Amino acid sequence: MTRFDHQPSFMTGDEFSIPTFSLLDPEGVLYEGASAPALERDHARRLYKAMLATRLLDERMLAAQRQGRLSFYMQCTGEEAAIVGATAALDERDMIMAQYREQGALMYRGFTIDEFMNQLFGNELDYGKGRQMPVHYGSRKLHYMTISSPLATQIPQATGYAYGQKLAGDGLCTLTFFGEGAASEGDFHAALNMASVHQVPVIFFCRNNGYAISTPAVEQFAADGIAPRAMGYRMHVIRVDGNDALAVFEATRRARVIAVEQNKPVLIEAMSYRLAAHSSSDDPSGYRAKSEEETWRLKDPVLRFRKWLTRQEWWSDDEQSELEESLRREVLDTLKRAEKRAAPPLDSLITDVYAEVTPELTRQLDGLKRHIRRYPEAYPKGAKSLDLDIAPAASTDEEV
Amino acid sequence: MAKMNLLQAINGALDIAMAEDDKVICFGEDVGVFGGVFRATSHLQEKYGKARCFNTPLVEQGIIGFANGLAAQGSVPVAEIQFADYIFPAFDQIVNETAKFRYRSGDLFNVGGLTIRTPYGGGIAGGLYHSQSPEAYFTHTPGLKVVVPRNPYQAKGLLLAAIRDPDPVLFLEPKRLYRAATGEVPEEDYQLPIGQAEITREGGDITLVGWGAQMEVIHKAAELAEEQGIDCEVIDLRTLSPWDSDAVVESVLKTGRLVISHEAPLTGGFAGEIAATVAERCFLYLESPIRRVTGLDTPFPLVLEKEYLPDHLKIFEAIRESVDF
Repeated sequence: MTRFDHQPSFMTGDEFSIPTFSLLDPEGVLYEGASAPALERDHARRLYKAMLATRLLDERMLAAQRQGRLSFYMQCTGEEAAIVGATAALDERDMIMAQYREQGALMYRGFTIDEFMNQLFGNELDYGKGRQMPVHYGSRKLHYMTISSPLATQIPQATGYAYGQKLAGDGLCTLTFFGEGAASEGDFHAALNMASVHQVPVIFFCRNNGYAISTPAVEQFAADGIAPRAMGYRMHVIRVDGNDALAVFEATRRARVIAVEQNKPVLIEAMSYRLAAHSSSDDPSGYRAKSEEETWRLKDPVLRFRKWLTRQEWWSDDEQSELEESLRREVLDTLKRAEKRAAPPLDSLITDVYAEVTPELTRQLDGLKRHIRRYPEAYPKGAKSLDLDIAPAASTDEEV
Repeated sequence: MAKMNLLQAINGALDIAMAEDDKVICFGEDVGVFGGVFRATSHLQEKYGKARCFNTPLVEQGIIGFANGLAAQGSVPVAEIQFADYIFPAFDQIVNETAKFRYRSGDLFNVGGLTIRTPYGGGIAGGLYHSQSPEAYFTHTPGLKVVVPRNPYQAKGLLLAAIRDPDPVLFLEPKRLYRAATGEVPEEDYQLPIGQAEITREGGDITLVGWGAQMEVIHKAAELAEEQGIDCEVIDLRTLSPWDSDAVVESVLKTGRLVISHEAPLTGGFAGEIAATVAERCFLYLESPIRRVTGLDTPFPLVLEKEYLPDHLKIFEAIRESVDF
């Protein structure tokens, strides 16, 4: 309804102030006036174990990258509560469309360490057939869309996927993760508008971790974060402490009710911090102070949730050390197995470009095979795939 | 002269252009304090201030749309797209706006000051989205100039020419060579011509054509061929649009044989354009079919990158087959 005003008055957006929903203080104690959500013991323990496993996997795999065993890695460190807390609030069949730093979601849903490793090493068991860089996971059975490197492309896709879910009437929704930097892309705005116009059961989960590679949030947007944008699209929105797994869980649980029961999109902005570098190729010392990182280390989300669990008497120090020990062993054993496995076969170069391999692609692969037979030493993986004998490479890569 | 790598050469060119003309403005994702993820814009913010060298929000279509407006206003924007693989959100701004600004306004307005810098190409274990060579999408766009340097010396001279060129230029930087290629580069200002190919090796038996990072590979193949007594002439196209067809035709009229190589897929690749033009203009002089040595008609792979890439051995085989035809 049009409301007329006969004096010129401008609004700036400062009229609104969006609070941050939080339940646990840094010591893992419920804030006064806060009430714990309906999260049962086993559910809470599963959530915690996935956070811890993600932390340990990331530590080990970054070390493996530094040793030259892995070409590239990206850590989720500091954001485990945001990722795993949100995932724990979903139905297991809800679709997740992530950006690239959300391995915690897969960990919660039961992606095995083996499955992680096979992708990281792009070996013959990698579901993605060794085509994408490390951390570009996907799992059909766990309803986790394969990661695409170009930023924000998954956000409007989530709107479309969720629209299909609404038509299918199966009571499911889609949650899409993205960073505050990716929210600058046109795709983000298109996604929110379409979701709102078409009343789609999608949850837009923004991980506001303060940095897009080197670019701090203050150079990414002038407004108060990402959350106010929802109002421009007349969308439900909540901002939550991303280092508080309990609050993230509760915010997402309630968002899901709105999405699924009312067919309405919801935007969640989780405030957190990217404790690690952007990737193994990045060095944050060139753009941010160590002291800033230290202040966030004190807000460690894994530790905070552990403290709460311990207070509930749902977790003990013994369990902690047992789990750490067994996870470290599993990661190491699995890593050794995965890195020794063969590369995907040569034919995987031309499959999946189309549903059926075209005659031209078959010609091109045949040409490549003839070439590799002539020069097997120059193409060890291709030669191995063709069962050609090649002189063993000088052995320098024995484990130290 | 100083020994420098390709990144330093580019940084040097930007420094000279910014020092000379206050209208030159560099921006893009992580370009400011950090100096770009590859550090091509290192220290430029320090030297020229935040107004002339800055981080943009993470939005490629915004970066190029902004750059188009800025160029139309009379500034000289040098916009960075972090990887050529990520240029596509800006495709509309480049193809429908940058390339057609002058034409559609009857030259009332133009964005000739604009240079778009972006790293391209494979060989760095980058997989699908950090390896592509998208030049052919843009050579199919009249109104754009497309320039690709092969080494530090070329990079500096061509980038300075691109920034000062009266037309918008897409400047594709071979990222595999950023630190790997070093060479003697004058510290002072100089330009190399846009639209002119360069013969980088003279020979009489066969002509090899390429650009950018592929030139190193082509030269290696030419050396293998030399061991077999085959005398290759090698041409670096340097500018793909508008390309120097006369230089290639003149060489093929002499050698009667042609091999073209690029990393991008075969079908619709720029090699097809060169082959068609040479077939038209040299038909009766050709001794053997024109050969293209390129990537496969697939997305860029990761683990099987070595198998995918058109390396020196594949080019050498094409040379041999052409000569033995």
